[in-house]
Amino acid sequence: MATKHIGDVILDVKNISLRFGGVKALTDISFNVREHEVRAIIGPNGAGKSSMLNCINGVYRPTEGAITFRGKTFSHMDSYQVASMGIGRTFQNLALFKGMSVIDNIMTGRNLKIKSNLFMQALRIGPAQREEEKHREFVEHIIDFLEIQAFRKTPVGQLPYGLQKRVDLGRALAMEPQLLLLDEPMAGMNVEEKQDMSRFVLDVNEEFGTTIVLIEHDMGVVMDISDRVVVLDYGKKIGDGTPDEVRTNEEVISAYLGTGH
Amino acid sequence: MAFFLETLFGGLMAGMLYSLVALGFVLIYKASGVFNFAQGAMVLFAALAMARFSEWAGVWLGGDQLFLANLIGFVGAGGVMFVVAWLIERLALRHLVNQEGTTLLMATLGIAYFLEGLGQTLFGGSIYKIDIGMPKDPVFWLDSVFEGGILINKEDLYAAVIAAVLVAALSVFFQKTSTGRALRAVADDHQAAQSIGIPLNRIWVIVWCVAGVVALVAGMIWGSKLGVQFSLATVAMRALPVVILGGLTSVPGAIIGGLIIGVGEKLSEVYLGPYVGGGIEIWFAYVLALGFLLIRPQGLFGEKIIDRV
Repeated sequence: MATKHIGDVILDVKNISLRFGGVKALTDISFNVREHEVRAIIGPNGAGKSSMLNCINGVYRPTEGAITFRGKTFSHMDSYQVASMGIGRTFQNLALFKGMSVIDNIMTGRNLKIKSNLFMQALRIGPAQREEEKHREFVEHIIDFLEIQAFRKTPVGQLPYGLQKRVDLGRALAMEPQLLLLDEPMAGMNVEEKQDMSRFVLDVNEEFGTTIVLIEHDMGVVMDISDRVVVLDYGKKIGDGTPDEVRTNEEVISAYLGTGH
Repeated sequence: MAFFLETLFGGLMAGMLYSLVALGFVLIYKASGVFNFAQGAMVLFAALAMARFSEWAGVWLGGDQLFLANLIGFVGAGGVMFVVAWLIERLALRHLVNQEGTTLLMATLGIAYFLEGLGQTLFGGSIYKIDIGMPKDPVFWLDSVFEGGILINKEDLYAAVIAAVLVAALSVFFQKTSTGRALRAVADDHQAAQSIGIPLNRIWVIVWCVAGVVALVAGMIWGSKLGVQFSLATVAMRALPVVILGGLTSVPGAIIGGLIIGVGEKLSEVYLGPYVGGGIEIWFAYVLALGFLLIRPQGLFGEKIIDRV
Protein backbone atom coordinates (compact mmCIF):
# COMPACT_ATOMS: atom_id res chain seq x y z
CA MET A 1 0.00 0.00 0.00
CA ALA A 2 1.32 3.39 -0.97
CA THR A 3 2.10 5.52 2.03
CA LYS A 4 -0.23 8.49 2.09
CA HIS A 5 0.84 11.92 3.03
CA ILE A 6 -0.56 12.92 6.40
CA GLY A 7 -0.66 16.68 6.71
CA ASP A 8 -1.06 19.26 9.45
CA VAL A 9 -3.67 19.34 12.14
CA ILE A 10 -7.01 20.48 10.66
CA LEU A 11 -9.30 19.76 13.58
CA ASP A 12 -8.25 20.53 17.10
CA VAL A 13 -10.55 19.67 19.99
CA LYS A 14 -9.56 21.38 23.23
CA ASN A 15 -10.82 20.61 26.73
CA ILE A 16 -14.35 19.79 25.72
CA SER A 17 -16.79 19.05 28.51
CA LEU A 18 -20.46 18.37 28.06
CA ARG A 19 -23.00 18.10 30.84
CA PHE A 20 -26.70 17.40 30.71
CA GLY A 21 -27.96 18.62 34.06
CA GLY A 22 -25.98 16.56 36.53
CA VAL A 23 -24.89 13.95 34.01
CA LYS A 24 -21.35 14.36 32.73
CA ALA A 25 -21.35 13.07 29.16
CA LEU A 26 -17.82 14.31 28.39
CA THR A 27 -15.09 15.53 30.71
CA ASP A 28 -12.15 17.57 29.48
CA ILE A 29 -11.53 15.82 26.17
CA SER A 30 -8.70 17.00 23.91
CA PHE A 31 -7.42 15.45 20.71
CA ASN A 32 -6.55 16.50 17.21
CA VAL A 33 -7.06 15.23 13.68
CA ARG A 34 -4.49 15.61 10.91
CA GLU A 35 -5.29 16.14 7.28
CA HIS A 36 -5.87 12.97 5.22
CA GLU A 37 -5.83 10.64 8.20
CA VAL A 38 -8.44 8.19 9.40
CA ARG A 39 -9.02 8.93 13.04
CA ALA A 40 -11.19 6.63 15.14
CA ILE A 41 -12.98 7.33 18.39
CA ILE A 42 -13.71 4.09 20.18
CA GLY A 43 -15.08 3.09 23.52
CA PRO A 44 -17.72 0.89 25.13
CA ASN A 45 -21.40 1.78 24.87
CA GLY A 46 -22.19 5.00 26.69
CA ALA A 47 -18.59 6.20 26.61
CA GLY A 48 -19.58 9.52 25.04
CA LYS A 49 -18.50 8.83 21.46
CA SER A 50 -21.65 10.11 19.79
CA SER A 51 -21.77 13.10 22.15
CA MET A 52 -18.25 14.00 21.01
CA LEU A 53 -19.26 13.79 17.37
CA ASN A 54 -22.38 15.84 18.02
CA CYS A 55 -20.27 18.56 19.62
CA ILE A 56 -18.06 18.80 16.54
CA ASN A 57 -21.13 18.74 14.31
CA GLY A 58 -22.92 21.49 16.22
CA VAL A 59 -25.84 19.38 17.42
CA TYR A 60 -24.74 19.81 21.04
CA ARG A 61 -23.25 22.89 22.58
CA PRO A 62 -20.23 21.93 24.70
CA THR A 63 -20.41 23.21 28.29
CA GLU A 64 -16.71 24.06 28.17
CA GLY A 65 -13.93 24.01 25.64
CA ALA A 66 -13.44 24.99 22.03
CA ILE A 67 -13.04 23.37 18.66
CA THR A 68 -10.73 24.68 15.95
CA PHE A 69 -11.28 23.69 12.35
CA ARG A 70 -8.84 24.98 9.76
CA GLY A 71 -7.79 27.88 11.95
CA LYS A 72 -11.34 28.88 12.87
CA THR A 73 -12.21 28.45 16.51
CA PHE A 74 -15.75 28.02 17.71
CA SER A 75 -17.40 26.90 20.91
CA HIS A 76 -20.72 26.52 19.19
CA MET A 77 -22.12 26.67 15.70
CA ASP A 78 -25.35 25.51 14.15
CA SER A 79 -25.19 22.27 12.21
CA TYR A 80 -25.78 23.97 8.90
CA GLN A 81 -22.90 26.39 9.49
CA VAL A 82 -20.61 23.49 10.32
CA ALA A 83 -21.71 21.89 7.06
CA SER A 84 -20.89 25.02 5.10
CA MET A 85 -17.38 24.96 6.58
CA GLY A 86 -16.86 21.60 4.90
CA ILE A 87 -17.68 19.08 7.60
CA GLY A 88 -20.02 16.28 6.53
CA ARG A 89 -21.48 13.49 8.62
CA THR A 90 -23.42 10.26 8.58
CA PHE A 91 -25.80 9.01 11.23
CA GLN A 92 -25.84 6.01 13.52
CA ASN A 93 -29.57 5.58 13.28
CA LEU A 94 -30.32 6.15 9.65
CA ALA A 95 -31.52 9.65 9.01
CA LEU A 96 -32.25 9.48 5.31
CA PHE A 97 -35.04 11.33 3.54
CA LYS A 98 -37.31 8.33 3.30
CA GLY A 99 -39.77 9.68 0.80
CA MET A 100 -37.09 10.44 -1.76
CA SER A 101 -35.24 8.25 -4.23
CA VAL A 102 -31.58 7.33 -3.78
CA ILE A 103 -30.49 9.87 -6.37
CA ASP A 104 -32.56 12.70 -4.81
CA ASN A 105 -31.19 11.89 -1.36
CA ILE A 106 -27.65 12.21 -2.61
CA MET A 107 -28.58 15.32 -4.63
CA THR A 108 -29.62 17.08 -1.41
CA GLY A 109 -25.96 16.81 -0.42
CA ARG A 110 -25.17 19.16 -3.32
CA ASN A 111 -27.48 21.78 -1.87
CA LEU A 112 -24.71 24.10 -0.71
CA LYS A 113 -23.01 23.93 -4.10
CA ILE A 114 -26.01 24.99 -6.15
CA LYS A 115 -25.71 28.62 -7.12
CA SER A 116 -28.46 29.33 -9.64
CA ASN A 117 -31.60 30.91 -8.23
CA LEU A 118 -35.03 29.53 -7.68
CA PHE A 119 -36.78 31.10 -10.65
CA MET A 120 -34.14 30.05 -13.14
CA GLN A 121 -34.40 26.52 -11.82
CA ALA A 122 -38.19 26.47 -11.93
CA LEU A 123 -38.27 27.78 -15.47
CA ARG A 124 -35.36 25.54 -16.49
CA ILE A 125 -33.43 28.40 -17.98
CA GLY A 126 -30.07 27.52 -19.62
CA PRO A 127 -27.43 28.11 -16.94
CA ALA A 128 -29.59 26.61 -14.17
CA GLN A 129 -30.26 23.55 -16.32
CA ARG A 130 -26.56 23.10 -17.09
CA GLU A 131 -25.68 23.47 -13.43
CA GLU A 132 -28.26 20.86 -12.45
CA GLU A 133 -26.79 18.46 -15.01
CA LYS A 134 -23.29 19.04 -13.71
CA HIS A 135 -24.41 18.18 -10.19
CA ARG A 136 -26.32 15.11 -11.42
CA GLU A 137 -23.13 13.92 -13.09
CA PHE A 138 -21.22 14.29 -9.84
CA VAL A 139 -23.93 12.38 -7.98
CA GLU A 140 -23.85 9.60 -10.59
CA HIS A 141 -20.13 9.34 -9.97
CA ILE A 142 -20.78 8.80 -6.26
CA ILE A 143 -23.46 6.24 -7.03
CA ASP A 144 -20.99 4.30 -9.19
CA PHE A 145 -18.36 4.57 -6.50
CA LEU A 146 -20.70 3.10 -3.87
CA GLU A 147 -21.94 0.43 -6.29
CA ILE A 148 -25.61 1.27 -5.94
CA GLN A 149 -26.35 1.95 -9.63
CA ALA A 150 -29.22 -0.52 -9.68
CA PHE A 151 -31.14 1.36 -6.99
CA ARG A 152 -30.78 4.96 -8.07
CA LYS A 153 -34.52 5.52 -8.54
CA THR A 154 -35.66 3.41 -5.59
CA PRO A 155 -37.19 5.22 -2.61
CA VAL A 156 -34.57 4.74 0.11
CA GLY A 157 -37.11 3.45 2.62
CA GLN A 158 -37.39 0.28 0.55
CA LEU A 159 -33.68 -0.54 0.54
CA PRO A 160 -32.07 -3.04 2.91
CA TYR A 161 -30.21 -1.60 5.86
CA GLY A 162 -26.68 -2.06 4.52
CA LEU A 163 -27.53 -0.18 1.33
CA GLN A 164 -29.24 2.62 3.23
CA LYS A 165 -25.98 3.09 5.13
CA ARG A 166 -24.23 3.51 1.79
CA VAL A 167 -26.76 6.13 0.66
CA ASP A 168 -26.15 7.96 3.93
CA LEU A 169 -22.43 7.95 3.13
CA GLY A 170 -23.15 9.04 -0.43
CA ARG A 171 -25.19 12.02 0.71
CA ALA A 172 -22.31 13.18 2.92
CA LEU A 173 -19.80 12.61 0.09
CA ALA A 174 -21.89 14.75 -2.25
CA MET A 175 -20.96 17.73 -0.09
CA GLU A 176 -17.30 17.15 -1.03
CA PRO A 177 -16.45 17.51 2.65
CA GLN A 178 -12.92 18.17 3.84
CA LEU A 179 -13.71 16.35 7.03
CA LEU A 180 -16.14 13.47 7.19
CA LEU A 181 -17.65 12.33 10.48
CA LEU A 182 -18.94 8.76 10.45
CA ASP A 183 -21.17 7.74 13.35
CA GLU A 184 -20.87 3.97 13.74
CA PRO A 185 -20.84 3.24 10.00
CA MET A 186 -20.72 -0.50 10.63
CA ALA A 187 -23.27 -0.78 13.42
CA GLY A 188 -25.79 -3.54 12.89
CA MET A 189 -24.03 -4.97 9.84
CA ASN A 190 -23.01 -8.54 9.09
CA VAL A 191 -19.39 -9.44 8.43
CA GLU A 192 -19.64 -9.05 4.67
CA GLU A 193 -21.34 -5.67 4.90
CA LYS A 194 -18.72 -4.53 7.38
CA GLN A 195 -15.97 -5.46 4.97
CA ASP A 196 -17.69 -3.56 2.16
CA MET A 197 -18.08 -0.50 4.35
CA SER A 198 -14.46 -0.63 5.50
CA ARG A 199 -13.39 -0.76 1.88
CA PHE A 200 -15.53 2.29 1.02
CA VAL A 201 -14.16 4.25 3.97
CA LEU A 202 -10.58 3.49 2.92
CA ASP A 203 -11.34 4.28 -0.72
CA VAL A 204 -12.88 7.63 0.19
CA ASN A 205 -9.82 8.42 2.24
CA GLU A 206 -7.39 7.41 -0.47
CA GLU A 207 -9.14 8.52 -3.64
CA PHE A 208 -10.58 11.82 -2.46
CA GLY A 209 -8.05 12.50 0.29
CA THR A 210 -10.93 13.15 2.69
CA THR A 211 -10.02 13.30 6.35
CA ILE A 212 -12.20 10.90 8.30
CA VAL A 213 -13.26 10.73 11.93
CA LEU A 214 -15.16 7.59 12.70
CA ILE A 215 -16.84 6.23 15.77
CA GLU A 216 -17.09 2.55 16.40
CA HIS A 217 -17.46 0.30 19.38
CA ASP A 218 -16.27 -2.81 17.53
CA MET A 219 -12.51 -2.60 18.06
CA GLY A 220 -11.61 -5.21 15.45
CA VAL A 221 -12.70 -3.28 12.36
CA VAL A 222 -11.35 0.02 13.58
CA MET A 223 -7.84 -1.16 14.28
CA ASP A 224 -7.44 -2.30 10.68
CA ILE A 225 -8.46 0.92 9.00
CA SER A 226 -7.45 3.80 11.25
CA ASP A 227 -4.20 5.69 11.51
CA ARG A 228 -4.76 6.89 15.06
CA VAL A 229 -7.31 6.04 17.70
CA VAL A 230 -8.85 7.93 20.64
CA VAL A 231 -10.34 5.76 23.37
CA LEU A 232 -13.13 7.09 25.58
CA ASP A 233 -14.64 5.51 28.66
CA TYR A 234 -17.31 7.09 30.88
CA GLY A 235 -16.81 10.42 29.09
CA LYS A 236 -13.06 10.54 29.74
CA LYS A 237 -10.17 10.02 27.39
CA ILE A 238 -8.21 6.95 28.46
CA GLY A 239 -6.01 6.38 25.43
CA ASP A 240 -4.74 8.05 22.29
CA GLY A 241 -2.28 6.77 19.71
CA THR A 242 -1.71 4.32 16.88
CA PRO A 243 -3.78 1.13 16.91
CA ASP A 244 -0.80 -0.82 18.24
CA GLU A 245 -0.19 1.60 21.07
CA VAL A 246 -3.83 1.58 22.05
CA ARG A 247 -4.08 -2.19 21.89
CA THR A 248 -1.42 -2.61 24.54
CA ASN A 249 -2.64 0.22 26.77
CA GLU A 250 -3.53 -1.24 30.19
CA GLU A 251 -6.40 1.15 30.82
CA VAL A 252 -7.97 0.41 27.45
CA ILE A 253 -7.74 -3.30 28.00
CA SER A 254 -9.44 -3.07 31.36
CA ALA A 255 -12.18 -0.81 29.99
CA TYR A 256 -12.99 -3.31 27.31
CA LEU A 257 -12.40 -6.56 29.16
CA GLY A 258 -12.99 -5.51 32.71
CA THR A 259 -10.29 -5.63 35.39
CA GLY A 260 -9.04 -8.97 36.61
CA HIS A 261 -10.03 -10.08 40.07
CA MET B 1 -78.07 13.14 -16.47
CA ALA B 2 -77.48 16.78 -17.26
CA PHE B 3 -78.52 17.64 -13.71
CA PHE B 4 -76.14 15.06 -12.29
CA LEU B 5 -73.23 16.46 -14.31
CA GLU B 6 -74.14 19.95 -13.25
CA THR B 7 -74.04 18.94 -9.60
CA LEU B 8 -70.79 17.09 -10.18
CA PHE B 9 -69.14 20.12 -11.76
CA GLY B 10 -70.40 22.39 -9.03
CA GLY B 11 -68.89 20.00 -6.50
CA LEU B 12 -65.54 19.87 -8.29
CA MET B 13 -65.31 23.65 -8.35
CA ALA B 14 -66.14 23.97 -4.67
CA GLY B 15 -63.71 21.14 -3.97
CA MET B 16 -60.90 22.97 -5.73
CA LEU B 17 -61.21 25.75 -3.17
CA TYR B 18 -61.19 23.31 -0.27
CA SER B 19 -58.04 21.85 -1.80
CA LEU B 20 -56.37 25.24 -1.74
CA VAL B 21 -56.96 25.71 1.96
CA ALA B 22 -55.99 22.09 2.68
CA LEU B 23 -52.79 22.64 0.72
CA GLY B 24 -51.77 25.30 3.21
CA PHE B 25 -52.14 22.80 6.05
CA VAL B 26 -50.18 20.13 4.24
CA LEU B 27 -47.28 22.41 3.27
CA ILE B 28 -46.62 23.48 6.83
CA TYR B 29 -47.22 20.06 8.33
CA LYS B 30 -44.80 18.44 5.92
CA ALA B 31 -42.01 20.89 6.52
CA SER B 32 -42.26 21.42 10.24
CA GLY B 33 -44.56 18.77 11.67
CA VAL B 34 -46.85 21.53 12.92
CA PHE B 35 -50.56 21.29 12.44
CA ASN B 36 -51.16 24.93 11.64
CA PHE B 37 -54.42 25.89 13.23
CA ALA B 38 -53.84 29.44 12.00
CA GLN B 39 -54.29 28.57 8.33
CA GLY B 40 -57.86 29.86 8.36
CA ALA B 41 -56.84 33.06 10.09
CA MET B 42 -54.12 33.47 7.47
CA VAL B 43 -56.74 33.17 4.74
CA LEU B 44 -58.82 35.89 6.42
CA PHE B 45 -55.81 38.08 7.09
CA ALA B 46 -54.54 37.80 3.51
CA ALA B 47 -57.98 38.45 2.05
CA LEU B 48 -58.48 41.50 4.28
CA ALA B 49 -55.09 42.88 3.28
CA MET B 50 -55.78 42.35 -0.39
CA ALA B 51 -59.30 43.82 -0.22
CA ARG B 52 -58.18 46.98 1.53
CA PHE B 53 -54.96 47.46 -0.43
CA SER B 54 -56.71 47.17 -3.76
CA GLU B 55 -59.48 49.44 -2.51
CA TRP B 56 -56.99 52.09 -1.42
CA ALA B 57 -54.96 51.67 -4.59
CA GLY B 58 -58.17 52.02 -6.60
CA VAL B 59 -58.99 55.32 -4.91
CA TRP B 60 -55.44 56.54 -5.36
CA LEU B 61 -55.26 55.56 -9.03
CA GLY B 62 -58.75 56.86 -9.61
CA GLY B 63 -61.67 55.12 -11.29
CA ASP B 64 -61.15 52.49 -13.88
CA GLN B 65 -57.71 51.00 -13.18
CA LEU B 66 -59.20 47.77 -11.82
CA PHE B 67 -56.42 45.43 -12.92
CA LEU B 68 -53.60 47.62 -11.66
CA ALA B 69 -55.35 48.23 -8.36
CA ASN B 70 -55.82 44.48 -7.89
CA LEU B 71 -52.22 43.82 -8.80
CA ILE B 72 -51.02 46.32 -6.20
CA GLY B 73 -53.42 44.78 -3.71
CA PHE B 74 -52.15 41.27 -4.44
CA VAL B 75 -48.47 42.18 -4.27
CA GLY B 76 -49.04 44.25 -1.14
CA ALA B 77 -50.92 41.43 0.57
CA GLY B 78 -48.17 39.03 -0.53
CA GLY B 79 -45.65 41.31 1.16
CA VAL B 80 -47.74 41.38 4.32
CA MET B 81 -47.91 37.57 4.34
CA PHE B 82 -44.13 37.46 4.02
CA VAL B 83 -43.75 39.69 7.07
CA VAL B 84 -46.27 37.54 8.95
CA ALA B 85 -44.34 34.37 8.07
CA TRP B 86 -41.06 35.93 9.12
CA LEU B 87 -42.48 37.14 12.43
CA ILE B 88 -44.11 33.81 13.22
CA GLU B 89 -40.78 32.05 12.71
CA ARG B 90 -38.82 34.67 14.60
CA LEU B 91 -41.09 35.14 17.57
CA ALA B 92 -42.70 31.75 18.00
CA LEU B 93 -41.41 28.74 16.07
CA ARG B 94 -37.70 29.37 16.56
CA HIS B 95 -38.14 29.09 20.30
CA LEU B 96 -40.26 25.97 20.10
CA VAL B 97 -37.91 23.71 18.14
CA ASN B 98 -38.08 20.12 19.38
CA GLN B 99 -41.17 20.75 21.50
CA GLU B 100 -44.11 18.38 21.61
CA GLY B 101 -46.64 18.53 18.78
CA THR B 102 -49.32 19.65 21.24
CA THR B 103 -47.23 22.66 22.28
CA LEU B 104 -46.82 23.71 18.68
CA LEU B 105 -50.51 23.19 18.00
CA MET B 106 -51.38 25.44 20.94
CA ALA B 107 -48.95 28.04 19.64
CA THR B 108 -50.67 28.09 16.25
CA LEU B 109 -54.02 28.33 18.02
CA GLY B 110 -52.72 31.46 19.71
CA ILE B 111 -51.41 32.79 16.41
CA ALA B 112 -54.82 32.14 14.84
CA TYR B 113 -56.72 34.30 17.32
CA PHE B 114 -54.02 36.95 17.30
CA LEU B 115 -54.09 37.20 13.51
CA GLU B 116 -57.89 37.38 13.44
CA GLY B 117 -57.80 40.27 15.89
CA LEU B 118 -54.85 42.05 14.31
CA GLY B 119 -56.36 41.76 10.85
CA GLN B 120 -59.52 43.50 11.97
CA THR B 121 -57.62 46.16 13.90
CA LEU B 122 -55.42 46.99 10.93
CA PHE B 123 -57.89 46.58 8.10
CA GLY B 124 -61.28 47.03 9.72
CA GLY B 125 -64.00 44.60 10.67
CA SER B 126 -66.74 45.16 8.13
CA ILE B 127 -67.49 43.21 5.02
CA TYR B 128 -65.25 44.17 2.11
CA LYS B 129 -65.32 43.05 -1.44
CA ILE B 130 -62.59 41.85 -3.70
CA ASP B 131 -63.47 42.45 -7.32
CA ILE B 132 -60.91 40.78 -9.54
CA GLY B 133 -63.22 41.10 -12.49
CA MET B 134 -64.47 37.54 -12.51
CA PRO B 135 -67.55 37.15 -14.67
CA LYS B 136 -70.61 36.32 -12.63
CA ASP B 137 -72.84 35.13 -15.45
CA PRO B 138 -73.38 31.42 -15.97
CA VAL B 139 -72.75 29.64 -19.25
CA PHE B 140 -74.35 26.58 -20.79
CA TRP B 141 -72.24 23.69 -21.99
CA LEU B 142 -73.03 20.74 -24.18
CA ASP B 143 -76.48 21.97 -25.05
CA SER B 144 -76.34 19.89 -28.20
CA VAL B 145 -75.96 16.71 -26.11
CA PHE B 146 -78.45 17.39 -23.35
CA GLU B 147 -81.64 19.28 -23.47
CA GLY B 148 -80.93 22.71 -22.04
CA GLY B 149 -77.21 21.93 -21.62
CA ILE B 150 -75.25 22.02 -18.39
CA LEU B 151 -75.28 25.17 -16.38
CA ILE B 152 -71.78 26.17 -15.36
CA ASN B 153 -70.89 29.09 -13.20
CA LYS B 154 -68.16 30.98 -15.05
CA GLU B 155 -66.78 32.35 -11.82
CA ASP B 156 -66.24 28.85 -10.47
CA LEU B 157 -64.54 27.89 -13.68
CA TYR B 158 -62.07 30.77 -13.43
CA ALA B 159 -61.43 30.00 -9.80
CA ALA B 160 -60.69 26.39 -10.65
CA VAL B 161 -58.24 27.47 -13.36
CA ILE B 162 -56.41 29.79 -10.94
CA ALA B 163 -56.24 27.03 -8.33
CA ALA B 164 -54.93 24.54 -10.89
CA VAL B 165 -52.21 26.95 -12.04
CA LEU B 166 -51.14 27.50 -8.44
CA VAL B 167 -50.98 23.78 -7.75
CA ALA B 168 -48.94 23.20 -10.91
CA ALA B 169 -46.53 25.98 -9.96
CA LEU B 170 -46.14 24.51 -6.49
CA SER B 171 -45.38 21.05 -7.79
CA VAL B 172 -42.68 22.44 -10.11
CA PHE B 173 -41.28 24.32 -7.14
CA PHE B 174 -41.18 21.20 -4.98
CA GLN B 175 -39.96 18.72 -7.55
CA LYS B 176 -37.63 20.71 -9.78
CA THR B 177 -35.81 23.26 -7.68
CA SER B 178 -33.07 22.82 -5.12
CA THR B 179 -35.09 24.80 -2.58
CA GLY B 180 -37.98 22.41 -3.12
CA ARG B 181 -35.62 19.52 -2.57
CA ALA B 182 -34.38 21.16 0.61
CA LEU B 183 -37.98 21.58 1.78
CA ARG B 184 -38.71 17.92 1.21
CA ALA B 185 -35.50 17.05 3.01
CA VAL B 186 -36.45 19.12 6.05
CA ALA B 187 -39.88 17.50 6.04
CA ASP B 188 -38.29 14.06 6.31
CA ASP B 189 -35.53 14.67 8.84
CA HIS B 190 -34.61 17.94 10.50
CA GLN B 191 -31.22 16.93 11.82
CA ALA B 192 -30.00 15.26 8.67
CA ALA B 193 -31.10 18.26 6.64
CA GLN B 194 -29.08 20.58 8.85
CA SER B 195 -26.06 18.31 8.64
CA ILE B 196 -25.86 18.84 4.89
CA GLY B 197 -26.07 22.59 5.27
CA ILE B 198 -29.78 23.34 5.05
CA PRO B 199 -30.67 26.12 7.50
CA LEU B 200 -33.88 25.09 9.25
CA ASN B 201 -34.97 28.62 10.14
CA ARG B 202 -34.79 29.93 6.60
CA ILE B 203 -36.69 26.90 5.31
CA TRP B 204 -39.46 27.53 7.83
CA VAL B 205 -39.80 31.13 6.73
CA ILE B 206 -40.03 29.95 3.12
CA VAL B 207 -42.66 27.34 3.95
CA TRP B 208 -44.81 29.80 5.92
CA CYS B 209 -44.46 32.25 3.06
CA VAL B 210 -45.62 29.69 0.54
CA ALA B 211 -48.50 28.79 2.84
CA GLY B 212 -49.21 32.53 3.11
CA VAL B 213 -49.38 32.88 -0.66
CA VAL B 214 -51.66 29.85 -0.88
CA ALA B 215 -53.83 31.44 1.81
CA LEU B 216 -53.84 34.67 -0.18
CA VAL B 217 -55.01 32.98 -3.37
CA ALA B 218 -57.66 31.05 -1.45
CA GLY B 219 -58.74 34.21 0.33
CA MET B 220 -58.87 36.13 -2.94
CA ILE B 221 -61.10 33.58 -4.62
CA TRP B 222 -63.40 32.97 -1.64
CA GLY B 223 -63.46 36.70 -0.99
CA SER B 224 -64.48 37.52 -4.52
CA LYS B 225 -67.27 34.92 -4.33
CA LEU B 226 -68.61 35.62 -0.86
CA GLY B 227 -67.08 38.93 0.20
CA VAL B 228 -64.29 39.30 2.71
CA GLN B 229 -65.70 38.83 6.17
CA PHE B 230 -64.90 37.19 9.44
CA SER B 231 -66.50 33.89 8.44
CA LEU B 232 -63.60 33.33 6.02
CA ALA B 233 -61.54 32.15 8.98
CA THR B 234 -63.92 29.24 9.44
CA VAL B 235 -63.31 28.10 5.88
CA ALA B 236 -60.30 26.33 7.36
CA MET B 237 -62.61 24.20 9.46
CA ARG B 238 -64.21 23.02 6.22
CA ALA B 239 -60.79 21.97 4.99
CA LEU B 240 -60.06 19.81 8.04
CA PRO B 241 -61.96 16.79 6.72
CA VAL B 242 -60.07 17.25 3.47
CA VAL B 243 -56.67 16.78 5.09
CA ILE B 244 -57.94 13.82 7.09
CA LEU B 245 -59.21 12.25 3.89
CA GLY B 246 -56.18 13.04 1.76
CA GLY B 247 -53.50 12.56 4.38
CA LEU B 248 -51.67 15.32 6.22
CA THR B 249 -48.41 14.70 4.42
CA SER B 250 -49.58 14.50 0.83
CA VAL B 251 -49.95 17.36 -1.64
CA PRO B 252 -51.85 15.27 -4.20
CA GLY B 253 -53.91 14.00 -1.24
CA ALA B 254 -54.99 17.54 -0.39
CA ILE B 255 -56.12 18.15 -3.95
CA ILE B 256 -57.94 14.88 -4.47
CA GLY B 257 -59.35 14.98 -0.94
CA GLY B 258 -60.72 18.45 -1.65
CA LEU B 259 -62.38 17.30 -4.85
CA ILE B 260 -63.92 14.25 -3.16
CA ILE B 261 -65.32 16.34 -0.32
CA GLY B 262 -66.61 19.01 -2.70
CA VAL B 263 -68.36 16.51 -4.95
CA GLY B 264 -69.55 14.40 -2.01
CA GLU B 265 -71.15 17.39 -0.33
CA LYS B 266 -73.07 18.47 -3.39
CA LEU B 267 -74.16 15.01 -4.50
CA SER B 268 -75.24 13.96 -1.02
CA GLU B 269 -77.18 17.18 -0.55
CA VAL B 270 -79.00 16.75 -3.83
CA TYR B 271 -79.62 13.00 -3.80
CA LEU B 272 -79.75 12.09 -0.10
CA GLY B 273 -80.88 15.44 1.25
CA PRO B 274 -84.58 15.09 0.48
CA TYR B 275 -84.81 11.83 2.51
CA VAL B 276 -83.35 13.25 5.70
CA GLY B 277 -84.71 16.74 5.46
CA GLY B 278 -81.68 18.46 3.91
CA GLY B 279 -78.69 20.13 5.49
CA ILE B 280 -76.39 17.23 4.69
CA GLU B 281 -73.88 19.54 3.07
CA ILE B 282 -72.91 20.94 6.45
CA TRP B 283 -71.96 17.70 8.15
CA PHE B 284 -71.34 15.26 5.31
CA ALA B 285 -67.60 16.00 5.08
CA TYR B 286 -67.07 15.46 8.78
CA VAL B 287 -68.87 12.13 8.84
CA LEU B 288 -66.89 11.00 5.82
CA ALA B 289 -63.66 12.03 7.55
CA LEU B 290 -64.71 10.24 10.72
CA GLY B 291 -65.34 7.07 8.75
CA PHE B 292 -61.95 7.43 7.13
CA LEU B 293 -60.23 7.81 10.46
CA LEU B 294 -61.58 4.42 11.46
CA ILE B 295 -60.52 2.64 8.30
CA ARG B 296 -57.42 4.47 7.13
CA PRO B 297 -56.14 6.90 9.75
CA GLN B 298 -53.20 8.02 7.62
CA GLY B 299 -55.57 9.18 4.87
CA LEU B 300 -55.66 8.20 1.22
CA PHE B 301 -52.09 9.18 0.42
CA GLY B 302 -50.51 9.75 3.81
CA GLU B 303 -47.49 7.87 4.98
CA LYS B 304 -48.31 4.82 6.99
CA ILE B 305 -46.62 5.11 10.34
CA ILE B 306 -45.07 1.88 11.49
CA ASP B 307 -43.69 2.07 14.98
CA ARG B 308 -41.22 -0.42 16.24
CA VAL B 309 -42.42 -1.76 19.56
